Amino acid sequence: MSRSLRPLVATAVIFAIAYALAVMQFPSMFSTRVLGNFLTDNAFLGITAVGMTFVIISGGIDLSVGAVIGFTGVLVAVLIAWAGWHPLAAFALSLAVAASFGAGMGLAVHYLQVPAFIVTLAGMFLARGGASVITQDSVPVNHEFYDWISDLIIRLPGGGRLSFIGLLMVAVFIVGALVAHRTRFGSYVYALGGNPVSASLMGVPVARTTIGVYMVSSTLAALAGIVFSLYTSAGYPLAAVGVELDAISAVVIGGTLLTGGYGFVLGTFIGVMLLGLVQTYIIFDGSLSSWWTKIVIGALLFLFIVLQRLIFAASAQGEKAS
Amino acid sequence: MPDEQYALEARGIVKIFGNHVALDAVDFGLRAGEVHALLGENGAGKSTLIKILTGAYQPDGGQVLADGAPIHLDNPQQAQTHGIGTVYQEVNLLPNRSVAENLFLGHQPTRFGLVDRRKMERESRGILRRYGLEIDPSSELGAYSVAVQQIVAIARAVELSGKVLILDEPTASLDRNEVERLFEIIRDLKARGLAVVFITHFLDQVFAVADRVTILRNGKLIETRALDAMSRTDVVRLMLGKDVAFSGATGVEDARPMGDVLLDYSQYGRKRSVHPFNLTIHKGEVIGVAGLLGSGRTEMARIMFGADAADEGEVSIAGTRTTIARPTDAIRHGFGFCPEDRKAEGIFGDLSVRENIIIALQGKLGWFSALNRDEQMEIAGRFGESMDIRAASLDMPIKLLSGGNQQKVILSRWLATDPAFLILDEPTRGIDVGAHAEIVRTINRLRDEGLALVVISSELDEVVAYSTRIVVMRDREMVAELNGENINPGVIVQAIANHRDEELA
Repeated sequence: MSRSLRPLVATAVIFAIAYALAVMQFPSMFSTRVLGNFLTDNAFLGITAVGMTFVIISGGIDLSVGAVIGFTGVLVAVLIAWAGWHPLAAFALSLAVAASFGAGMGLAVHYLQVPAFIVTLAGMFLARGGASVITQDSVPVNHEFYDWISDLIIRLPGGGRLSFIGLLMVAVFIVGALVAHRTRFGSYVYALGGNPVSASLMGVPVARTTIGVYMVSSTLAALAGIVFSLYTSAGYPLAAVGVELDAISAVVIGGTLLTGGYGFVLGTFIGVMLLGLVQTYIIFDGSLSSWWTKIVIGALLFLFIVLQRLIFAASAQGEKAS
Repeated sequence: MPDEQYALEARGIVKIFGNHVALDAVDFGLRAGEVHALLGENGAGKSTLIKILTGAYQPDGGQVLADGAPIHLDNPQQAQTHGIGTVYQEVNLLPNRSVAENLFLGHQPTRFGLVDRRKMERESRGILRRYGLEIDPSSELGAYSVAVQQIVAIARAVELSGKVLILDEPTASLDRNEVERLFEIIRDLKARGLAVVFITHFLDQVFAVADRVTILRNGKLIETRALDAMSRTDVVRLMLGKDVAFSGATGVEDARPMGDVLLDYSQYGRKRSVHPFNLTIHKGEVIGVAGLLGSGRTEMARIMFGADAADEGEVSIAGTRTTIARPTDAIRHGFGFCPEDRKAEGIFGDLSVRENIIIALQGKLGWFSALNRDEQMEIAGRFGESMDIRAASLDMPIKLLSGGNQQKVILSRWLATDPAFLILDEPTRGIDVGAHAEIVRTINRLRDEGLALVVISSELDEVVAYSTRIVVMRDREMVAELNGENINPGVIVQAIANHRDEELA
């Protein structure tokens, strides 16, 4: 088995075991209702994590996504509730704003040679600050379009419901996986994460790819912001604080190497589901503090980082011996 | 043929960096179906010429022609469209991606906008077979040896360009069998009509595979000639600019009895770096190390000092077996090492002269016996005077000093630790005449005081002047040890040039 597949398989196995254990304790967790809610409740995190997967594979990081979600939610809510725009127009504008925001960060990362950590940290403060300047309060959205979307549901046998936003996330994952693994742009992203010097000598358009990666991440974060607004029917400037860290965790748990060059979009999906499982388990248990989620995520992250180290160190040894 | 058609030609190329002329009206012609070796010592202008031919640099004068027509190369991609491909010493591919993707990156076959992986892998298999590689193109490139990666890099360059292939030291990290395999591929490409430029420091390899040779020295074209009309000695003489008949200075009179044995390296070596060598070093002697660049001189120095760990053989100090796996081991035994690349490995540019002098001594003393400022000043002042370090103040950053004075500081750094054994790698490169004389004087003085020294230098006259013995390196191997009357530049050139199988005259 290729060494880059091993973390993915490990994640899948851990998810299967964890889910089986949870079902043994709470048999009702094995139902279409729980699974449907898995998708709906984690939709915005999943969409964000797809963008984050691209950034991390390219060897970068994007700390601004949580703030972009918050900003988009506020922008959409204000445009609809105060300016009277149609939601679709508001969505289009906020996606365009986010895309240019991401392009700006990509430009800074590439041309100013500033570490992505710093650039996107600045982006995070900008977006979060911008959202708070527009409004300090939660802006509720009441629009028939929102009601119409939340009624778009596929009912599953057993009482489960597949919501529009849950299916949207699945669609984003599928498109993301195709782009990452089956297009030239995808191969350039991996090339950049593998070795930027080699990549440019091999003719990879480094500037275009870097800018593209951050545009993808910000645009998907804005899409997640739209999903979050549909999910909560409101825009709040302090929404989704810390989601960037959850997204990074999901990506790493999903087997993507934090230093870039290796990873799978599908792995990120399992990573998001694993985080959702932990949360659902704690809700089912009822007696545990929700902060246990963070402890479990911390432990999982640590486990996976150690696991990746071991796998890559072991295969490096094997190469020398052969 | 007066009107000879070249596949790639450079006419009167001039390249100037600041006020340094890197290339001075150099002509270079490459025929289809030939392997053309490009030789020269460090700084001769080889890599500058290559960078102009691949579009990485723009010439300040002269022109580049492909098939007789002038071309303009703005970047390496453009060179690629003119059929010029390059493979560098360090494999510049992506170890994290599949072999097939490394061959096709940027040119992947697509279907409906998506990469057609099956087609890409099928074509890759066909290409690899032509290079004698039966490997799975869907597997990760990083799982294969450097040699295989090198071949994949050549395959990519040939597939994308297909007229001229430039190989910049392709054999530097390959072992002998792998080199042989690479040569078969080069001969095969030659038969297919490609023009191949081959850059290397290994003369044996030049004679094994090249048809013609161009020799550069100090940015000037010295000679372009067919190789079958030349001997190894001719090539070395042209590269170094030394007349073999020259035999002026001879070695230091060996009248004094040899000192006690200080160090004994036996079958000491490191895979892919230096072949096992034997060397006994006595107190009060200077061992000169001669050889072309890339002959393993620096690598030998590094394993002697423990900067790279040896993986075979043993070393004993004053008769006791020991291990030197790290520089700290070496320093504990009283070793000192002035590396070749002074800027990168020698000085701490932003620290003061004083701090640069005391740092090795402080390292030896450890954390808990810090030298106070007065002690530091006293030590730095003492060496500043005895080594004649010309600095406005001992507290100024060392990077502001001239190369010669920096070298004196590094020498002082080790002398402050009261060493028994010093290794100096190119101690006089790039420094002015006055400092040069001072360093040679210091080497002589230290020898007379009973230190043992190993000095690596490309300046043959200089090595001859202070060495009691000279070892010659070639192809990472110690090939000769000269002493007594054999120590003269002519014999050294002969030893460097000699073929492996021939006995040293």
